Parts: sequence; C-alpha cells; structure tokens
Amino acid sequence: MASDSIPNASDRGTRGRVEIALIGCNHLTAPVELRERVVFTPEQAVRAAAELRKTGVIEEAVVVSTCNRSELYGVAAESDQSTPTVMVSYFSEFHKIPKRELDGRLYQHVGHEAVRHLFRVAAGIDSMLLGEAEILGQVREAYGRALEHGSTGPVLNRMFQGALEVGKRVRSETEIGTRPMSVALASVKLAERVFGNLKGHSALIIGAGSVAEQVVEHLRLREIRELRVVNRSFERAKELARRMGGEAFEWSNLERLLVQPDILVTSVSGSQHVLTRTMLERAMAARSGRATFIVDLGVPRNVEPEAEGLYNVYLFNIDHLGEIVEQNKRAREAEVPRVKGLIDEHVLKFLAWQSGLEAAGLLDALQKRLEAERKALLAAHLAHFDGISDADRARLEQLTEELVNRIVEMPSGRLRQSRKLRRPVEGLAALRELFGLDEREDAAKPSEDEKK
Amino acid sequence: MNLQLDYVSLALYAASFGFYTLHLYRAKRWMGLLATILLACGIAAQYYALLERARLIHSIPYDDLYGSMSLFAWLVALTYLGLELYHRQRAVGSLVLPFVLFWELLAIAVTPSSELPAPQASGALFALHITIGMLAYSAFAISFLLSVIYLVQNHVLRRGKPGLAFWRFPALDLLERMSRSSVWVGWFALIVSTTFGFVWERRLTGHIGVADPKVLATLLLLAIYAGYLWIVRAPAWRGARAALVCACNFAVVLFSYTVVNLYFTSFHRYF
Repeated sequence: MASDSIPNASDRGTRGRVEIALIGCNHLTAPVELRERVVFTPEQAVRAAAELRKTGVIEEAVVVSTCNRSELYGVAAESDQSTPTVMVSYFSEFHKIPKRELDGRLYQHVGHEAVRHLFRVAAGIDSMLLGEAEILGQVREAYGRALEHGSTGPVLNRMFQGALEVGKRVRSETEIGTRPMSVALASVKLAERVFGNLKGHSALIIGAGSVAEQVVEHLRLREIRELRVVNRSFERAKELARRMGGEAFEWSNLERLLVQPDILVTSVSGSQHVLTRTMLERAMAARSGRATFIVDLGVPRNVEPEAEGLYNVYLFNIDHLGEIVEQNKRAREAEVPRVKGLIDEHVLKFLAWQSGLEAAGLLDALQKRLEAERKALLAAHLAHFDGISDADRARLEQLTEELVNRIVEMPSGRLRQSRKLRRPVEGLAALRELFGLDEREDAAKPSEDEKK
Repeated sequence: MNLQLDYVSLALYAASFGFYTLHLYRAKRWMGLLATILLACGIAAQYYALLERARLIHSIPYDDLYGSMSLFAWLVALTYLGLELYHRQRAVGSLVLPFVLFWELLAIAVTPSSELPAPQASGALFALHITIGMLAYSAFAISFLLSVIYLVQNHVLRRGKPGLAFWRFPALDLLERMSRSSVWVGWFALIVSTTFGFVWERRLTGHIGVADPKVLATLLLLAIYAGYLWIVRAPAWRGARAALVCACNFAVVLFSYTVVNLYFTSFHRYF
C-alpha cells in the first residue's frame, strides 16, 4: 500500500470531493434467477467499465461479478449525488432488465459505506459461505482486469489494494477461513489428519452422489494417485469414472476392491449396509492392517456402525461430518468480530488517505482561486497608478504572489503534518464551500465592471 | 555461580514457546520462523552456560542436579530442533518447549553449588559416554511427547469433535514418523553411549561388568525400544498401538534415569 502521506495534487489532477459509489446485488438481495441474468463475463466487465467512464459521470470503474454477486464500483468525476442512479440505469440497460424489476434487489452504497462493503466482500464475511477463500481471488481478478484496461484511477486503485490487503490479513490473522465448511471438504480434511499429504494415496468411490463427486474433486486437487469407482449400475460407474478421471469396476468386485484403497467414500441408496464389519475385517487383514479412512455419505448408513471399532479404521458418517461442519461454522462466526475490527482499521486508513487526496485538491483549488483574485485585483488597480515604473510593477506582482503563497503554505503544511486534520472529510467539504472552491472558474473571474 | 546465560536461555525458550503457540493458532509463517530462531538462540546461550560450567569443574556438567537437568533440557531442545528441521513441522514446538522450560527452570531453581565438586571421572570418552547417553534419554522423551500427542489426536479424531488445535497439529502419520525418527536417534545414541561406557570401564577396571543395575536397565531400554522399532514395521501395529507402546516405554526411561540412578547403583550415581 502507498503511504499515508498527502497525495500530490499535481500528479492526479485537481480533485474536488471524491465520491465513491457502489451498486449491485448478491445472494442476500436477489434470487438466483435474477443473479444469473446480471452476471458480467470478463469481457462484459471490461466493456461495462469503459462505457461507464464514457458517460462522463464516472471517472473510475471496476466491475466485480461472481456467481453470487454482480457489483459496479465507480468514482464520480465531480461530487454528484446522482452517481448511484446513473449506475443503476446503466446496470438496468446493460442487462436489459427493467428498473422496476431491480427495485429492492439492488443495494447502493456511497462513500465510506461503499469502501466498507468492498472490504467485507474481500474478507469473505459477505459471502454465502462465511469466510470462503475464492472471493479474494475473484476480487483480485476483477481489479486486475480493470487495471489492465485502464478503467481504474488513484481512488479505486487504493481502495482495491486495500481490499486485497484486508482479505490477506483476515485469512492469515483470523480463523475465519481455516476450518472446512462443507461436508465434502471436511471429509478430505479429516483424511489429511490421518494420512497427511494425500498425494500417493488411493480412493474407492462406492455408489454415486453429488457430495461424493465433490469429495472426489477435492481429492483430485490433492493429486490422489488412484481413483476407482464401483456402482450397482456398471454403465453409471463408467460414466462417473470417465467424469472423475478414474477406473470403473463391476459391483461384484466390491469386496476385492476394498483391499487396496486408503480412502473409501460410500454413497449408495438402499436400506441394507453395503459394507459390513466382517467385510471390512477381511479387507483390513488382507491389507495388513494399514489405516483406512471411510466416509459414509449414505442415508441410511452404508457402513455397519460396528465397523467403527475396528483397529485403524476411521469411519465418519454424514452425521459426524455434519456436526463438524456445524462446529466449524460456529467457530467461523465467532471470528467475525475480529474480522470486523480489521475491516474498520483499514476503512479508517483509506478514509485518511482519501481526505489527504481531497485536501490536496482543496489546497490546489484555494491557491488557484487566490491567484485569480490577485491577478484581477492588480489588473483593476494598477491601471490607476500614474507614474509607476515597470520595476515597481514587477515588485508589486512579486509581493502579492508571495502573499498568496504564504497564505496557502501554512494550512498546506499543517495538513501534511497532521492526519487528524485530514480525517474529517465533511470538514474539508465545508471548507470548499466556505471558500467557494466548487464554483466554476469563470465565475471566479472578475466581471468587466469589477475590472473597471 | 553466574547464572546469567541460563536466564538468557530461559528467556529465549520462553519467547520461542510464545511464538510456537502463536504460530499454532495464527499459522503465520514468520511466527514459526521466529520461534525456531529463538529456540536456536536459546540452545546456543545454554550451550555457553554449560561450557562455562564445564570449564569450572573440568568435566561435563553431569554430576550435580543442576548440571544434569540443564544438560538434559539442552539436549531435548537440540533434539527437537533437529527433528523440526528434518520433518519441516513446527506444530508440536508449543508442546515440547514447556518440557524444556520446566527442566531448565528446575535446574536454575536448585542453584548450582559454587564449590566445585571434584570430578569423579573425566576424559573425552567418558564425556561422550555421558553426553550421548543423555541425548538418548532426551530423544526418548520427545518420542514420548509425540506419542501422547498422537494418542490425544487419535482420540479426538475418533470422537469426531475436533477443536481448533486439531486442525493445526500434524497429521497422525507425520506424528508417528516423527516419533519413530526420535526413537531411532535415541536407540542409536544409547548403543553408542553404552559401547563407550563399556570401553571406558574396561580401560578403568580392566573388565566389563553388566551386573550393575544401570547397565541392566539400559539393556532393557535397548530391548524395549528395539521391540518398538520392530513392531512399527508391521502396518497392523502402526497407529495407536505403537504410540501406546512408545509412551509406556518411557516409563522405563524415567525409572532408569531416576530410581535406578538414585537407589540401585553406586557406580552410576551422578547426583
């Protein structure tokens, strides 16, 4: 992150009040039927950001779009209360959805609330799955795309870099993302508690089920050595094996297949146990008692409960896993106050920087205003001085110029030195109003009558 | 006697323990790294404390309670550091360090005598015999700790109610491998130490005696740890059973180190 020093106005152009706006919807405000209609593909996100900037209202723009949220972040070129309205109109037009259909589905935030929202998103506490890690990568990608296509500026750059920093700190300093929150991931994490690295281990999938497929996905990510699939319907087993990248076997081979794998995942419908204690006893003897990890996802249970007592057999059924997920959920929820504390810290940091940016703009505007007044005053009065030499005229010019510089120098120095002075953004806005710095420049110029 | 270096090492171990614990809960790499660095610094400081003591008594500091405990604490810390670097696993540091701290605190609490005890035995071979013997005990102590952690982790896993630390500690497989490595270190160290002891005894007395209770206890230790190393070769014994055997074996180590030393032998009574 850049330092907290006051930004140089000349580097960024003179800015007045910085107005950050955000509009969007997520899983809490919009049903999936609407969310899937307002998704931005990466190309659309780039186009939308460019088009928003072309409206002239928005100076910087970033589009964040995931399966659970579509959001537009913008920074207004001038302080303008209507920025969110413009963004909503654009959002509606882009997706060809009437505004009335979006009523109550879109949220709008401006100023520090928009900043806080982005930081919450990056921290994972605004996600459907509390503390999920993927969102940070998605925010990074969205920002990277916008940066690459030049639709960001100093404000959104700083804001998104801040969000990425918050996300990183939250994941390294709190427990919000450490414990598995899905049955599938909990199964694999538990297997890792037994075997350590799963690379080099083998698994047998008995039956077919969506959770079992998710377990396989996690196992694949961990580069499991071998995957076998067995199902009552051999065709279905082949189909699953093809999709999962494993090998299919006929149901009749089930007991023989139990000998080799370290991880068994069962997900079979039916009222009878698929794996009995006796079967597992025989399998354990055949595999010399090597540890076996069994995930029983079936309801009713596929594995005879008595098998739990077998030495080196680690058996987890859907209730065990559900309980672990529930515990983890509670543990993650308990971390939310700490996460919010980190977010608050970074929001304050950002606001201090934003005030600095505005302060730089304010001082620049003040200097320009005073300079204009000085020139107008000299132009109006020097003409009436008879017999003033060119040298005196130049000296007078220099003197008044120095006076203006001295007037601006003191507040400028104080703003640079004291962060406290920069914090109250509203105070800076009041100052701008007091000095009439938001008035048009031509209005500041003296009229012909004044000149006369 | 000047205990400044002991206090420095104690402070470094305490700081290292703090960072190991923080690392366990926060999982920040720099915390773990700092914990390891502090541990290494603590080991270095204690080494110089032991060296100073050795120079004073012209022998390795084993023959009083202070020297014996301090040397033991130092060797536990050193063995653990070696295991940590070999297995690249820092999670158990927060459980090993209290053990080191406890022994070092005890060593300082008994305050070494400023009067120098006359060395009863000396020489390089003797020094190696004692030091390597204590290294064996410290390695067995670590394997005991790792086995206990294994049994607790295994229990928690089977009960299905893992707490926060559960997700942070090493996998059962790694705990077992670390414990096995530690036993191998201890077993080889004990063989070497016993051999040096026999050679030294032969030089001193002209014969090798195995009738001393300490020698018998040591041979028993070699046998039971060889048994452990043999059974863990069989997958059917790996896991909780092996951990239990390893933990129980340590009772014999304690017996040999305390009861045998204090009450059954005069030849090996150090303090």
